[in-house]
Amino acid sequence: MIKIENLSKSFFDENTTVKALKNINLQINKGEIFGIIGLSGAGKSTLIRCLNRLEEPTEGKIYIQGEDITKYDKNKLRDLRKNIGMIFQHFNLFSQKTVYKNIAFPLELEGLHKKDIEKRVDTLLEYVDLEDKKYSYPSQLSGGQKQRVAIARALANNPKILLSDEGTSALDPKTTKSILELLRNTRDRFGITIVLITHQMEVIKDICDRVAILENGEIIEVNTVEGLFKNPKTRTAYEFISRIKSDITEEIIEPNDFKGTVIRLGYSGENSKMPIVSRMIKEFDIEANILSGDINKLIKTSVGHLILELHGEDEEIQKAIKFLIDNNVKVEVM
Amino acid sequence: MAELIIPALIETIYMVFFSTVFSLLMGFPLGVLLVITEKDGIWEKKQLNRVLNGIINVLRSFPFIILMILLFPLSRLIVGKTIGTTATIVPLSIAAAPFVARVIESSLKEIDKGVIESSLAMGCSISQIIFKVLIPESLPSLILGITTTIINLIGYSAMAGAIGGGGLGDVAIRYGLYRFQTDVMVIAVAVIIVLVQGIQFIGNTLSSNINRK
Repeated sequence: MIKIENLSKSFFDENTTVKALKNINLQINKGEIFGIIGLSGAGKSTLIRCLNRLEEPTEGKIYIQGEDITKYDKNKLRDLRKNIGMIFQHFNLFSQKTVYKNIAFPLELEGLHKKDIEKRVDTLLEYVDLEDKKYSYPSQLSGGQKQRVAIARALANNPKILLSDEGTSALDPKTTKSILELLRNTRDRFGITIVLITHQMEVIKDICDRVAILENGEIIEVNTVEGLFKNPKTRTAYEFISRIKSDITEEIIEPNDFKGTVIRLGYSGENSKMPIVSRMIKEFDIEANILSGDINKLIKTSVGHLILELHGEDEEIQKAIKFLIDNNVKVEVM
Repeated sequence: MAELIIPALIETIYMVFFSTVFSLLMGFPLGVLLVITEKDGIWEKKQLNRVLNGIINVLRSFPFIILMILLFPLSRLIVGKTIGTTATIVPLSIAAAPFVARVIESSLKEIDKGVIESSLAMGCSISQIIFKVLIPESLPSLILGITTTIINLIGYSAMAGAIGGGGLGDVAIRYGLYRFQTDVMVIAVAVIIVLVQGIQFIGNTLSSNINRK
């Protein structure tokens, strides 16, 4: 659906050059919810804006449905943008227009007939559950309602791609959940491809299929969300996921403080539902002490980790660890 | 007294009305151009922006009376004479146009950049952004700006009276100052005050009534 090849973006000032994006390569599949996470200043905003050329790439190519959009002229670019919806952190609604007029705006640009516009807007209002706010103005709405209007407006032209620029960052956790729910539903129902940028791992965890981690303008890791939680490849990824863990004691555990062998188990999917640890204790002559653990519910599966202190003969401990590995548990001796 | 004041009031309204219209016709597009050609504007043209800014600053630096005298030849060319209310409309409009440009510019700049960005993301052309986003979104502020322009023009028109422009300012100077008829001057000034208050009131009411922010 979207293929980014060697994309670079630099900002030139009078005597300084800032390399915002460095040699980005990425492939985003149709119908996927793809997250790009990074700290502020990592280049996320620049990257997502290159996809509809609100930012002009300095180098590289971006293919959308096989066509290189970096070569598009003004007219083709405007047509492209009508096929890519976009929502923003601060909603960016027209403050002097009613909810109805806001959603009708992209349809009016298309020069549609008034009756068709009304019909389409009503359908969209129903979809985002704001029928009763049709003639309200944005200033009369809550943050969540504003973002729903923005989503309806972004979907008005039946786009194939929806971009979300920190779409939930200005919202409280409960509203964030409901907006993410709406986005997931949008993908499920319309098969739309969603690319979102965020600095919140919760967002990635709740709705993304795959994720790219951006640091200093470079993609340092691309992973499935499950893979990221189970086996983060980079330090930054690890920091992002540990930040949302309900139990942060893992950071504090210092293996040298314990007499036994401290091991970290990572598990996901099916094996998280099996009593592997209790079987291990029964089968081998060891004792286990649970130091820390958690399970994160992802879209389809659960992933988690458990930190154990094992006491017993070295030989038995080695056997126990082998048993865990044989059962597809990732084991790390700390 | 009334036979002095009423025709003068009508002259003032006539001058202010037409100079408002003409200064808007010149200044409005200039203000829009200033906004869209500035750095990171939707039609960035740094060179043009610099030139426009220069011209506007130079025109605004002129004391109005001097500008009016300098523009006598232009008045003669357009209206055929340099004295009288109709002739005064020419320098009034030209003097107010750069002011209007600045007023429009600052109103349009109040719009959140994000709103313009989202319009671009929806596939708006530059003209669609100007007419469907910039102007409607800043309308309450534009109305206040235009109100300020009208009031400024009332002041300018009173000054124009000093060099044969007619209107209330002319009456105040000719009768009040030169002939020591203080009562005429007081009434002429009072009428100007009422006019200014009334216009400001209408402008404020209109602006806040349409504002949905």
